[in-house]
Amino acid sequence: MQETPAAAIAANRYGLGARPGDLAAIASDPRGWLRGQLAGPPPQLAQSGLRGSADILAEASRIRQEKGAQDQQRQIPRLYRPIYLREASARLAFATTTDRPFLERLTWFWSNHFAVSVDKLAVLGVAGACEREAIRPHVLGRFADLLLAVERHPAMLLYLDNTSSVGPGSTLAQRLARRRSAASVGINENLGREILELHTLGVDGGYSQADVTAFARVLTGWSIGGGKGRLAGGEPGRFLFRPALHEPGPQRVLGQSYAQPGVEQGEAVLQALAGHPATARHLATKLARHFIADDPPPAAVERISRAFLATDGDLPAVYAALVDAPEGWEMPLGKFKTPADQVISVFRGLQLPVASGSEAQQRAALAAFELLGQRSWSPGSPAGWPDRAADWNGPSALLQRVEWADALGQRFGTLHDARQLAPQLLGATLGAGTRSAIARAASPAQALTLLLAAPEFLRR
Amino acid sequence: MSPVNRREILLGGVAAAGLGASGGLLVSRLALAAGPDGPRGEARLVFVILRGAVDGLAAVPPWGDPDYGRLRPGIAIAAPGAAQGALPLDGLFGLHPRLAFLHECYAAAELTVFHAVAGPYRQRSHFDGQDVLENGATAAHALQTGWLNRALAALPAPARQGRQQLGVALGRNLPLLMRGPAAVASWAPSRLAALDEDTLQRVQDLYAQDPLLAQRLADALATNAMATAAGGDARQGAGPAARYAEVVRATAGFLRRDAGPRVAVFDTQGWDTHANEGAAQGQLGQRLGALDAGLRLLKDELGSAWRDTAVILATEFGRTAAVNGTRGTDHGTATVAFLLGGAVRGGRVVADWPGLSARALYQQRDLAPTLDLRSVFKGVLQEQLQLPGAELERSVFPGSAGAAPLRDLIRA
Repeated sequence: MQETPAAAIAANRYGLGARPGDLAAIASDPRGWLRGQLAGPPPQLAQSGLRGSADILAEASRIRQEKGAQDQQRQIPRLYRPIYLREASARLAFATTTDRPFLERLTWFWSNHFAVSVDKLAVLGVAGACEREAIRPHVLGRFADLLLAVERHPAMLLYLDNTSSVGPGSTLAQRLARRRSAASVGINENLGREILELHTLGVDGGYSQADVTAFARVLTGWSIGGGKGRLAGGEPGRFLFRPALHEPGPQRVLGQSYAQPGVEQGEAVLQALAGHPATARHLATKLARHFIADDPPPAAVERISRAFLATDGDLPAVYAALVDAPEGWEMPLGKFKTPADQVISVFRGLQLPVASGSEAQQRAALAAFELLGQRSWSPGSPAGWPDRAADWNGPSALLQRVEWADALGQRFGTLHDARQLAPQLLGATLGAGTRSAIARAASPAQALTLLLAAPEFLRR
Repeated sequence: MSPVNRREILLGGVAAAGLGASGGLLVSRLALAAGPDGPRGEARLVFVILRGAVDGLAAVPPWGDPDYGRLRPGIAIAAPGAAQGALPLDGLFGLHPRLAFLHECYAAAELTVFHAVAGPYRQRSHFDGQDVLENGATAAHALQTGWLNRALAALPAPARQGRQQLGVALGRNLPLLMRGPAAVASWAPSRLAALDEDTLQRVQDLYAQDPLLAQRLADALATNAMATAAGGDARQGAGPAARYAEVVRATAGFLRRDAGPRVAVFDTQGWDTHANEGAAQGQLGQRLGALDAGLRLLKDELGSAWRDTAVILATEFGRTAAVNGTRGTDHGTATVAFLLGGAVRGGRVVADWPGLSARALYQQRDLAPTLDLRSVFKGVLQEQLQLPGAELERSVFPGSAGAAPLRDLIRA
């Protein structure tokens, strides 16, 4: 078998980890293999048992309307938890078996870029649906469409507290003022701020507190149907623009005035943000950090950013620039795998089945994410999971990866010959030291442990 | 209306700025200082990072400020004595009613509260704010190491008492605060079985060509051995109380140990209360209650080492002075910090209170900062760890000359 480092880099750095046979199949044209994954409609994970967010939220809304507070506290988590498990295990199963792992890595990248966190109960039932409904359909489209789909999605509106943000000059606020109601209404600037800071321009993208506040006013009324009280009405669980909550009048964001009357105002601001040069730079930096190096080479960032601006945010063109960046194909391996990378590359490399029949099976399949510290959709903050080695290679984190490799060796060591498997998974990136350590191992189990804990397997 | 001693403290800090440390005292606190209650042990420092921007106006409500209630209908904490009212501190401030242990510390003169405090960061990004809180520079990403690690690296050799690792971070990975030139341990409980010796040896051999992984693995094994010896058994339960219990028990286990680390860091999340923050009860109250219970457990677990311990609680910035439209608060500027422990000269609120009138607010929205958080940190480093004063501004907090260390934070 003749392999170049490029095949292993394509499969492990750009993809989600080689399966036996992959490297031989792609060795003749690793870049072409990546580009080929960008053709055709993106897969939608439309398997049975995964419910739409509107359906889930409508059921939650029924529970809220019918049950007392105590019952709700029990029943909402009871509704959401099995949905979360099913989503997370379906996603793992797909990542383990997909023939378009580059596209799937990009999907996970965007899902993390537009992070929602299931630490917040309201998001637990819909984090997976958000990825399927807002991200997957647009991962090969235009960034502006992706952005709009995510910011309108109920999971994001709930996560960043926008559903009941009320303009101080809105008809609702005025009605309450006339009645001298003590009810407090006003804006919540969380969504507006994080869109600017995290989703588009980046923290150094040149916006001010005044822009945050104005954008938050623009976004008042972006809500979800089927709530209680002032949030009643509309189709339960679906995006709903509520004119009564919206701050009327023009708003000035980044020096530009937006005079549109309703939901179009927010859409126009998002369009402008999506095409902003600061957004291009921010996204190019994050992509280059994810695919090339923790401190991405400026030249690569520049090329990716230019591709973004030249094509009006056409994502396949951006990905092509990423594949073309020569910096991405250099050795040594520049990225330390996140726990999720590690888990998926193990599942792919060992071709582990992802049993999803029962909740217990789902939990078992997902246990490794939790063990290694990266439970699905739980970054704990809207910034998403960090993407630098120092965030993941702490002493305790490393030891746990080694212990997990040991557990896998003991469990699956007799099913694999690690001496054969190592070159299949690591190709020309397999070092002589690892090769000989595996060859000299005391048992098949130990050999597999050494492969899965090897420095070149921990990196990509 | 004026908080006890605030002028004294603030002026004292300024007076101390030029003194630096006198060489002869360098070792005393870390090694064998004697206090009024008999001989002291080695000084310990715990730093708790509260991630997400704690609402200082809820944790330490300025109930005596005439604008407080007006700004916060529905989420203001009531005055002491009222139902679910604040726990009294002085004529202006109280503690959130769920902070019962902190209140006991205050009564025992083991808690100092700093209010209207902020670091040098003035924008409102959590992520950059935390970066500055931890890197000790004046801007985000200006330094890639943490100030507490640099402080450990700057301690004179005798203070180490031959230790390899003077610091420990509880968690799988090191927070920025503890990254840097000084070797520090990190520790998280493992749910997996330990490796047999032969396999472990072979993994170590495999990493011999990879200095980073070799060092990390060696650190982990050393810390693990220490945790086992200290009885640091960890069973994870559900919920914040169980998580605190786990991390606090491990922290205390390390700090109690004779040759163990003396500086520990752990972090907590979930303080970003944009919606439905609650007042005495509710979301923030629950989190404060869990934190308070965790600190009480820390004292219990530290046993006699408590009297040698100072605990700093700090967050990246505060929250808006007024309630927002969703019964929460948005990102703000100044907030509170706490210093507690048996080593602390407490029972005081240190605040140059700017007030909450429309004119007094920072950018018409936030509590204005009147005290630099670095003054607190520098004071603690100087008095508790005996860090030489020159190092404070040279390597630990570069560009902080304007933030003189506070004095008399720690018992003599």
